[in-house]
Amino acid sequence: MIKRTDYLTRTYGKPEGWSLRAYEANEANEANEGGLGGYQVARRVLTGMTREQVVDEAKKANIRGRGGAGFPMGVKWSFMPKTVGAKPHYLVVNADEGEPGTHKDRTLMELNPHACVEGCIIACYGIGAHIAYIYVRDELHLSKARLEAAILEARAKGYLGDTPFGKDWPIEVHVHSGAGAYICGEETSMLNSIEGRRGEPRMKPPFPANAGVFGCPTTVNNLETIAAVPTAFGMGAEAFSKLSILHGIGDGGVRLYGVNGHVKKGVVVELAVGPTLNELIYDIGGGVQGDRGVLCVIPGGSSTPVLRPEETVNAPDERLPLHPWHGKSVFDVPLGVDTMRGVGTMLGTCCVTVIAQGTDPVWCMQNLMQFYRHESCGQCTPCREGSAWLERTTSKVLDGKASIGELHDLHDIANGIMGNTICAFGEGTAMPALAFIQKFRAEFEQYVRGERKRADATLTVEPWS
Amino acid sequence: MPFALSPERERKLQEILERYPTKMAATLPLLHLCQEQAGFVGDDVVEYVAHRLDLSPAHVKGVVTFYTLYNQEPVGKHQVWVCRTLPCALRGAYQVIEHCEKRLGIHCGETTPDGKVTLRTAECLASCGTAPMMQVDRDYHENLTREGVDQILNRLLES
Repeated sequence: MIKRTDYLTRTYGKPEGWSLRAYEANEANEANEGGLGGYQVARRVLTGMTREQVVDEAKKANIRGRGGAGFPMGVKWSFMPKTVGAKPHYLVVNADEGEPGTHKDRTLMELNPHACVEGCIIACYGIGAHIAYIYVRDELHLSKARLEAAILEARAKGYLGDTPFGKDWPIEVHVHSGAGAYICGEETSMLNSIEGRRGEPRMKPPFPANAGVFGCPTTVNNLETIAAVPTAFGMGAEAFSKLSILHGIGDGGVRLYGVNGHVKKGVVVELAVGPTLNELIYDIGGGVQGDRGVLCVIPGGSSTPVLRPEETVNAPDERLPLHPWHGKSVFDVPLGVDTMRGVGTMLGTCCVTVIAQGTDPVWCMQNLMQFYRHESCGQCTPCREGSAWLERTTSKVLDGKASIGELHDLHDIANGIMGNTICAFGEGTAMPALAFIQKFRAEFEQYVRGERKRADATLTVEPWS
Repeated sequence: MPFALSPERERKLQEILERYPTKMAATLPLLHLCQEQAGFVGDDVVEYVAHRLDLSPAHVKGVVTFYTLYNQEPVGKHQVWVCRTLPCALRGAYQVIEHCEKRLGIHCGETTPDGKVTLRTAECLASCGTAPMMQVDRDYHENLTREGVDQILNRLLES
């Protein structure tokens, strides 16, 4: 069952909703029951809680990382050293939104930047940091301007600076601009990029909590994760977690869901965690363009394997968390970090790309492989060569020049990337490739046999006009 | 004349340097400042950045070649980036690209002969819900229609 909320989005669409005045106004409405006016939460936390209490509260909120991997935020905070030693602690906020199909963080920065800044204040205090860097991709000039304006406003009010809210714990927030590399959204690569290096991922361990940016203990959180913190602390972490349909399996709260692709209405909305794909497509997205059926869906950014509506949940054992949906379509399973893992894909960033029937799946894969080929940082051979090879071979299939043997090659190349690279970009390339090849085997073979032609293939439902 | 920052950008650089514990961390922001001024990052800019931040030119060049948004060659007065990645492609990005190429009389990656517009494709610009889209200099143009694209291109060509 879908439940709309309006905590992070309460400033969306308001006149100058990005300003401090709009953020501080406590405009309660039905969907943000209990929501507090801006910066009251940060004040309460800094003046009334200890660091340990902040981390405990963060754990209870069950905020799963919003960047794609879904790691519990509070647990990540608890990895930071308990006392600040000779090396200062840092908070790095990941706003390098660039995963194809993901368009949620940009709305936060443009329409509710103060929630991001307030989240940074609470998080800095909780992890023992004095400085937060918000890493924003360079293309998002409006986002950067809104964030910078919000930081200035907060500083002028004394919410940032040497003694925020009178507390002897200096906090500064800086915006750091990327320069057009998707890989910098990978956390260790982001650290290198902030340090002024090529954005190549680092080997782990050491993990950022031990040796992150400038060699110091660092927490890297997604921007939406951080922006959710004031809401969670404001209503009490447990109450926040219980808003979610999946609270029982440790996936709490509310989050931003996006719908794009072949839907009638591409949007970003805030919902209690746990809507189904069908609800997102039809209730939020207004249905499929041309009232067609759904060919497949990419559930959370291009790196998450596609799902087809014909797929059903196979969980006959009553002890399995997905058992209640046994035999049902995967499109009727609540979207959560663990539920999506259970059906063989990933929740990712919660922004759903809908692909209508009549679209050419081979072309879809070729389009995505072109992306990965372009964005591979080139550090690890399997990824650098593999992503290009996948793209070349898929293009060859599209051109009707590939043999059946080359379809096997696609499997081999993808499997050769998996697990053989420093960072998860390798898996992010191989997993969607394997899913497309396996789930659309028939279409790939039709190209090989000459029964399908590139000239007849299409990606659009409605012609662009 | 060797490259040097304008006084206003010089002040910005001083602000930037205060944000980080190392000088090297200012590499990306300083390169952005230089590109704003010079239009592209040539070898003179690489030398300048290296000198200002006590780095080797090789390090700076390595950074420049890694990131897509540093132009290593001169570009047009206006930058047009059309997103080509799947969510935009599902809503007509390929047709947008074709239309732009036809209207400007150039291929993606090229600059119009009068030096006004450089047309390029971009990988996902985080505007999937409002596809198709293009970025023109610093601004996003979303939910593009044929008429809208024509207006944008006309304005650029007349500028």
